[in-house]
Order: sequence, then C-alpha cells, then structure tokens
Amino acid sequence: MAETTPILEMRGIGKRFPGVTALDGVDFRLHPGEVHALMGENGAGKSTLIKILTGVYDIDDGAIELDGEPVLFSGPQQAQHAGVSTVYQEINLCPNLSVAENIYIGREPRRFGMISFRAMRAKAAELLGSLGIDIDPGSVLAGHSIAVQQMVAIARAVDISARVLILDEPTSSLDAGEVAQLFRVIRDLREQGLAIVFVTHFLDQVYEISDRITVLRNGRLVGEFRTAELSQRDLVEKMIGKELSALESIEEQAKPQLRDPSPLLVAEGVGRTGAIAPFSLTIHAGEVVGLAGLLGSGRSELARLLFGADKADSGELRVDGRPVTMRGPRSAMERDIAYLSENRRTEGLIEELTVRENIILALQANRGWARPVPRRQQDELVAKYVEALRIRPADPQTVVRNLSGGNQQKVLLARWLITEPRLLILDEPTRGIDVGAKADIQRLVVSLAGDGLAVLFISAELEEVLRLSHTIVVLRDRAVVAQVENTDAVDANSIMNTIATGVTA
Amino acid sequence: MTSVLAPRRRAWTIRKYVPILGTLVLLVIMYGIGIVNYEGFYNTQILLNIFIDNSFLLVVAVGMTFVILTGGIDLSVGSVVALTTMVCATLLNDGWPAPAAMIAVLVMGALLGFLMGCVIHFFEIQPFIVTLAGMFLARGLCYVISTSSISIDAPFWKTTAQERIGVGTFTITPSVVIAGLVVVIAAVVLAWTRFGRTVYAIGGNANSAMLMGLGVGRTRIGVYTISGLCSAIGGLLLSFYMSSGDPLHAIGMELDAIAAVVIGGTLLTGGSGYVLGTVLGITVLGLIQTIITFQGNLSSWWTRIFIGGLLFVFVLLQRAVVRRTP
Repeated sequence: MAETTPILEMRGIGKRFPGVTALDGVDFRLHPGEVHALMGENGAGKSTLIKILTGVYDIDDGAIELDGEPVLFSGPQQAQHAGVSTVYQEINLCPNLSVAENIYIGREPRRFGMISFRAMRAKAAELLGSLGIDIDPGSVLAGHSIAVQQMVAIARAVDISARVLILDEPTSSLDAGEVAQLFRVIRDLREQGLAIVFVTHFLDQVYEISDRITVLRNGRLVGEFRTAELSQRDLVEKMIGKELSALESIEEQAKPQLRDPSPLLVAEGVGRTGAIAPFSLTIHAGEVVGLAGLLGSGRSELARLLFGADKADSGELRVDGRPVTMRGPRSAMERDIAYLSENRRTEGLIEELTVRENIILALQANRGWARPVPRRQQDELVAKYVEALRIRPADPQTVVRNLSGGNQQKVLLARWLITEPRLLILDEPTRGIDVGAKADIQRLVVSLAGDGLAVLFISAELEEVLRLSHTIVVLRDRAVVAQVENTDAVDANSIMNTIATGVTA
Repeated sequence: MTSVLAPRRRAWTIRKYVPILGTLVLLVIMYGIGIVNYEGFYNTQILLNIFIDNSFLLVVAVGMTFVILTGGIDLSVGSVVALTTMVCATLLNDGWPAPAAMIAVLVMGALLGFLMGCVIHFFEIQPFIVTLAGMFLARGLCYVISTSSISIDAPFWKTTAQERIGVGTFTITPSVVIAGLVVVIAAVVLAWTRFGRTVYAIGGNANSAMLMGLGVGRTRIGVYTISGLCSAIGGLLLSFYMSSGDPLHAIGMELDAIAAVVIGGTLLTGGSGYVLGTVLGITVLGLIQTIITFQGNLSSWWTRIFIGGLLFVFVLLQRAVVRRTP
C-alpha cells in the first residue's frame, strides 16, 4: 500500500466530560483503500472517538480534516452528507420493510410523487450485486440472517456516501461463516477505494482484515501501526499497558494459601450459544480463581452462567457435588453464591438510600419483610463492615449518592458479604475506582479467601489477576483457552501470550 | 445462495399477509354461515347495508390504522366524532352555510389531532395518556355546548341522509362513497408515498427510522392529524346518518375502531397492516351484527361477546406471527 494522502485526518483531538478526560491529544488518520482497525480496552476512548467522527459529540481540542478541508460535524446527518457513514453493531434498519426499501427509504425513486417500487428494486439489485450480495431486494428484511442485514446496512451507508465507512463492532453477533461473508464485502469496498474504520474486540479478525491499527489506551494515543509489523502479543500489551507501580504495597501478603481442597462448584461443559463456548471449571472453598482476557472475550458471560443470570444451554453444574439447574439468580443465591456485577450504578445500588440501608438490603430480602432486622443488629453489622472495608466517610447515615465510586463499590461488596456467601463472583470490582480503594478491595479478597470463601475474580488488569488468584482461567474470543495454576513461573508476559495466541506458553 | 434463500423469503413474504388472509377466510366463512342459515341473506344489499350503517366507523378506523401502524394509539376519536356532530349542529343552527360548517369542523378535528401529535412527539409522552386526555377534553366540550341532543334541519343534511345512489339494482348512500374515497386515498398514501412508507418504518423501529434520517417527528404528528381529520369526517357522516348532534354520540367508538383495525390484521405494535384489512375488519364487525339481527332471538349484546372472542383469537394469531420473528 503506497502512502496516499489521508482522506481523513484528526489531530490532537481532546474531549472532556465532567470529571473525566475521555480523549487527550489523539491523532487518527485514515487513507482511502485501507481497513483501519481501532483498538483499545473498554474506556480507552474508541467509542468517543467514533462519536466525534460521526458528529454525535463535538470536540474540545484539535481539528478534523476531511479531504484536506477542515470540518466540524454537528450531527450524524451532516457527517453522512460529507461522506462519513457508520454501521453500528445493532442494526439500525426496519425489519418489517423490504431490503430495497431499507436501502432507499427517504431517497426513493419517484414518478409523479408516487414511489416507483420497480425502479427501486432494480437499483437495489444493482447495488447489492456490485457488493456481491445475492439476495432478492423485494424480500422482507427480517427474513434474512443478521449478517445479511448487516450487509444491507453497509450497502445503504455506501450508497448514501462512499468515502469513509465506520464499522462499529459489526461482527460481534455473527458466526464464522457470516464473518467471512462480511469480510468479503469489506474487501470489495476496500478495492473500490473506500476508507474503512473497523472496531472490534476480536484479535483474529483484526489480523485478517485490517491494514493498519491505531491503539488507544485511557483516552490517549498509544500509536499507529501497520498490522503486518505488529505481533498479536505486542498489540495486546499495547492495549492493556502496565500499571505496576501504584499497587506495589500489597504485593507480598497476596495469594493466600489454599486450605480446603474440597470442590465447591464444578462446571462441566457448561456453555451458552452465542455467549460462551462450553467450558469446565472447578472452584474450591478458599480459592481465588481469576478470569483473564480482553473485553468481550466472554468473562462476564461465564460469570453470568455460574450465577444463573443467563441460562446455560449445555453442560452440568454441581454445587457441593450435587447437580443443580440454575433457574435464575435466586437459585444461585439459595446456594450461597453472590454476584457483584460490572454495572454497579445501574444494577445494584439505590443511590437515594443511606449506606446502612443499602448494606442491609440483601440480608433483609433474604429474611423476608415479615422479620425485620433489628436496628441494633443492623448497626452492629454495618459498623463492622464499614470498618473492615474502610468505607469513607465512615458514617452509615451518608446517602450513597455522595460516596466516591470506590466507596460505593465497597458498600455493594458489604451488602453481599453480610449474607455470608460461600462463592463470591466479582466482575471488575476495581474498575474506575481510585488506587486506595482498589488496594482495599484486593486486600479484602485475600483475607476473605483466607477465611474459606471461594472467589471468582474478573478483571481487565492482568497484574491484579496475577497477584490475587490461585488459578487463572484465560479467555479469548468467547472460549476458555487455558487454565493455569498461578505458580511463580507464570507472569504477565506468559498470560498475555496466551491471550494473544490462544496457546499456553 | 439465491436458491438457499428463496424458500425462506417466500415464507416471509407470505407471513406478511397471514393476518389479513385470516380475516378474509373468517369473512368468507361467516358469510357462508349466514347464507346457509338465513333466508334472504344472500341479497347483496345486506352486504352494502353493512357499509351504509358503518361508513362513519370505517373512516374513523382508517385514521386509526395510520396511528396504529406507527405503534401508537388514538383514544380520542369517539369523542372527536361526538364533538364534530355537536359543533356542526350548533354552527348550522347559528345560520352558517353548510360548506363553511363542514370545513370548520374538519379543520377543528385535524387541529385537535395535530395538537395531540405535538404533545406526544415533543414531550415524549405515551400516546395512550395524551389521547386519553384528548378524549375527556373533547367529550367535555360537547357538554359545554349542550347537555342534550341538537337536531340538524339544514336541507343539505336532509337530502344527503335520504339520497340513495344506485349500484346496479342495489343502492348505497353518499356516505359510503365518501368512506370509499377515504379508503382509496389512505391506501395509496400508505403504499406509494414517502410519508406512508415512513409510517411503516416508524412502526418497524422508530429509532432506526430516525437514524436513517427520516422525518420521524413530522410523520408522527402527521398520523395523529390524519386520525383527527378522519374522526371529523366520521363525525360528519354520523351527523348525516343521525341528523343530530349529541354529546352521547359515538361513546366507545374508539374501541370499535381499534377492534376493527386489529381484526383487520394490523399489528398493535406497528409496522405491519393494510387499510384493506381495516375494511375487512369493519365488514366482520358488521356481519356479526347482521347475523345476530337475522337470528332474531339473541340480544344485541351477543355482538359484543363475539367481537370480544374474535379479538382474542386475532391478537393470539398476531402473537404467533410476531414471535417467530428472529
């Protein structure tokens, strides 16, 4: 690929939201006739960058040039007119209309003010044909697979404006054959000189289709690389980065000794189509099992199956040696399994209530409304956990809304701990909280495991997983690819290798 | 690939028509039952009488079809019909010429619909509650005008009420012709205009429609305006039929209109359905009434029971069709 002049250039892009800098000095350039992958972990700023590119957000710093002309889009409509179209993961078409209508609605060929369906179908057939998509344009969209619908969306986007096409996680709900179909269309478009931005979490796909990769991390540009010159391992390292220094303090006392070897929970061939491939996993009392893998690799999906939040469609789960069918979180809770989800604000805390009320909630729910927890017992329990978890401010009457993210997380954790679970599933418990709170939570995990609690620990931060876990389960592209005992021989490098290549180092 | 997709596509294209075909089959069966059991039922005039007696409901249901196709609902139509008859009667008694009075009430109906559409769109409030408010408002206004019936003596009304138009050996009323025109215009608008296709797009996925750059707000306000206008036309037809304005006219008509639309195969969730289906739906409702009249020994409330049963069946049928959507 010769160095052509970029069709799109973004320079020094900065975007701030109240309290957060989402993007800081990010450069991004796009050449005609290339597929450019935009990579980064969650919160790296990919979606912010794309929203800026499509005019959903405006920028605080920097400049955007399209074809050498400075541009500022005020909305998706305007971006589309200028030649920047986006196809999102969830297909934004109307399932009840025909394929041809979906492509041309709002721009239908008309005769005497009436839509000419015949002309529209002919145009659609021609357009789809040029993309190598062989379907009847008169057919109803809902009758086609997601992949075909995705391609119809692409056809529409390309027909409206054929310069820059942004594909935001187009493959996340497609199977291998469908992905191949989609990639064939993408390659055709590349041949035609379109500049394509491709966002995905699947590493293999990046290497299969992209010419160039831009990596973002924490809202900053890590770099722009030619795909051919960047190994998968380096890519993963650049995406995850290393944040060692801040957490040195608890390094030594970490990794508690295993005391009780009896298996608490055994999963055999448990899986769910489209969420995670069948896996087997054993968790002992007092054991910390860490899940490592990139975002979208199936970490949360695995946890949700164990907790019964999603129903497994294969395999068998045993708790205490007895087979169980998880009919929902309720069945898991009856077996003393607790799940602290990723979205603490939306799925857990009631922000208007006080720390005390929030902590008591789950316990009260377990006892039923007819047997209120006596106030004195409440105060004792709450005081104990506020102390143990170092919740600040240490006043149980504080309204939860006014707590920092880290302290909110601790309140949620306290709520679950008060119910005395035997298996605690922590999904990204330390994401987005400050370093001090992070260390508190890690310390707590260690001491809980020391008391015989089993913990399934999910984190995007490898170092954290390494420090705490006895066993590390590595996920990649929605499948468990390795389970390794966390001995001294295992380090971030070897795990990263496994994530990148799918093979245990 | 075409060969693989072809049977699937055919299945889907047919599925689109399942509800309306169901209605058609039902209609044929009911008509057959009528002909076999009752003497004189085969007379085509019986069928035409259904339209004579229900022309106003047909027009109102056509307006309702637009609204339901976008996934909305309009509960105000019955009250707007009643208000139209009241305002019309009052204006005529005040000496307004017939054309002026008719135009005035049509504008009023469209304006009421437009205002409700604006509230629904700009304040993002559920159509159910907005049109419920509109329903109370319009009905209340009827009683402000008068608490009792006002008769209409205008000569144009008298002649229109008595006029019969021959169709072969049979006759219909001018109201049926007007209703027929409304049906044809509505069908053309829905099938072949940008506005009509946007109505379907909104019913399919309003968010997508917006992202595809369609005028969602304009169209949404448009369908309530059309529904209001159709209610006003329906009110005029009812005033021809009844020769009076009455605050008690058309109580519960919104529910009959919704029933007709749903029995006619339009999905309550929007995005699928035809004006022709609504015509069939009205015919089914009319046929039930007719059969019960012919039976003679059943109370007229049996009409309601049959309509209730049919609605259940049709909603379940729709559910079955929708559920198979991947």
